[in-house]
Amino acid sequence: MNAAVQIARGATCRNLIKDYGSGDSRVRALRGLDLDIAPGELTLLVGPSGCGKTTLISILAGTLDPTSGDVSVLGVDLRRLSKYEKAAFRAKNVGFVFQQFNLLPALTAVENVAVPLVINGSSKAAAVTRAAEVLKAVGLGERVHSLPSQLSGGQQQRVAIARALVHQPRLLVADEPTSAIDARTGQAIMKLIRELALRPDRVAVVVTHDARVFDFGDRIVTLEDGRVAGAKRVERAVKNGQLTPA
Amino acid sequence: MSWRGFLGRKEDTVIWIALKMLMGDKSKYFAIVFGVSFACFLITEQSAIFCGVMLRTTSQIRDTHGADIWVMNTGVRYVDDLKAISDDDLFRVRSVPGVAWAVNLYRGQGQAQLADGTYQGVILMGLDDASLTGAPTHMLVGKIGDLQFPDAILVDEAGFHQMWPGEPLHAGRVIEMNQRRAVVVGVYRASQTFMTMPIIYTRFSQATLFVPPTPTGRLTPFVLAKAQPGVDPEELTRRIAEQTDLKALTNVGFANLTMMYYLQHTGIPVNFGTTVLLAFLVGTAIAGQTFYLFTVENLKQFGTLKAMGMSDQRIVAMILIQGGVVGAIGYGVGVGLASAYGIFAQRAMPLLAFFLPWQVLALSAAAMTLIVLLASLLSIRRVLVLEPAIVFQGGA
Repeated sequence: MNAAVQIARGATCRNLIKDYGSGDSRVRALRGLDLDIAPGELTLLVGPSGCGKTTLISILAGTLDPTSGDVSVLGVDLRRLSKYEKAAFRAKNVGFVFQQFNLLPALTAVENVAVPLVINGSSKAAAVTRAAEVLKAVGLGERVHSLPSQLSGGQQQRVAIARALVHQPRLLVADEPTSAIDARTGQAIMKLIRELALRPDRVAVVVTHDARVFDFGDRIVTLEDGRVAGAKRVERAVKNGQLTPA
Repeated sequence: MSWRGFLGRKEDTVIWIALKMLMGDKSKYFAIVFGVSFACFLITEQSAIFCGVMLRTTSQIRDTHGADIWVMNTGVRYVDDLKAISDDDLFRVRSVPGVAWAVNLYRGQGQAQLADGTYQGVILMGLDDASLTGAPTHMLVGKIGDLQFPDAILVDEAGFHQMWPGEPLHAGRVIEMNQRRAVVVGVYRASQTFMTMPIIYTRFSQATLFVPPTPTGRLTPFVLAKAQPGVDPEELTRRIAEQTDLKALTNVGFANLTMMYYLQHTGIPVNFGTTVLLAFLVGTAIAGQTFYLFTVENLKQFGTLKAMGMSDQRIVAMILIQGGVVGAIGYGVGVGLASAYGIFAQRAMPLLAFFLPWQVLALSAAAMTLIVLLASLLSIRRVLVLEPAIVFQGGA
């Protein structure tokens, strides 16, 4: 597969501008951002607070509309999609990992993981069966019936990863997935994301402040003031062999 | 669009998530159900008391058994609005085709002088001497036939206690009305009345002696009539009215006329209407606020579901399902509580007016539906305007 095709199936942003508010209170979060994200590799978005990282992944995930510019994800021009088409696109193609996990507190771990399948039309029974398998894959086979409140932060984030991947989305977006958990658990979470999320046809984007997990990425894109300030590839040589994408 | 079509192919899963979210936090869930139940209780209980009070205005009509039709002066507006008709009117009513029989019924107010010299206002009912049509049916002491004795009267239970407090019910007490001796030969149980005066039954001929003469000499306010078998009483009332120039109403019609008078000419509707309205507003505020707050507190969860691609339609369905379940449970509990209140409170306070017809249940159901819909619409609006991207900002 050549690079051009990879980019076409990844994500592309061209001259992306995003303003919040209007008039004097207008804040420009993205200022003509250009970025290509290739599938099959883990892209880390880094940068200081307020540089536009969260805004960018929100736009990539289809939860936020840019003010102007072009954005194409998995070959789909998101700006052409209606609200309902965008919801359907997210349901089918996007897996989310949130900073605060955002698990539904009333649902057990397995039920939480089953939600994306249910949204996509699976029956509850089939969804729960599949969710249990994925929970087992993230090492929580014994906690499938636990409520989120009965799980540690690391376990909750594992549930969140399982939920993000259970419907095999082609785009994984993770917003500070390690910031609410300790360093050791954070490393385990990043390892899990690499092991489970990376596929040749899958785009994975992780926003992080945590320099200790930079080694888990394939490419680090630095944002500053709403633009891409730099991008570099992570040398495979410095990485632990176990972290090699599956 | 059908219900299933609205929810989508796997609507059962939406119901599952909605109910899980609703009932997951037991304390919040019970708070919402309590709020809605309390609202329903308030509305039902106040409406039932209103109905009870209104029903009492017609208790004398309902307690007069045996006849189908009341015939009266055309100017009569309610049961206590006594306007005498001519003695001949009885015969004119009897002559109307379809009337099986017709009898006089005296109803008026008298003054009873007790043995200790005190006076007590009473409602005096004079029954047809021969048939005693319209006599009470629930005798506690004595029997209806005892009215045939000279000077005989029947007193209602509450009236007996009013005139002779602390005494057990018994016959033999003597009072005076219009300087005529009257002997209590029986005590009966009457429906609670709107007024608090004792209700005394006697024969028509006796009743005319217990009240002072009127300037016109007319005493008969009502004629009770019975329709012949196969004759529609409603149709017969029209016929009697046409042929006698009197007002003729069925029992139900007269009861409705009386209630409408009290509704239109007394402060009852305004005062009770205000109370019922307040109950509705308080109930709406409590139920609406608790349900709305529930949704607001769950905005993060709804935002997460929206971000994950759940459609607005399904989220609307979830909120409506949650509202519907809360409303249904709240309605059941509220109506149950109101019914229990009615049963037990009436035992403790016999004077309490409480009547719970199906119309009140329907009104409460409609009110609860409205409350839940209002609260749901507010919640739905809040969720629909929620940007799914907010879940990335740690706020939601």
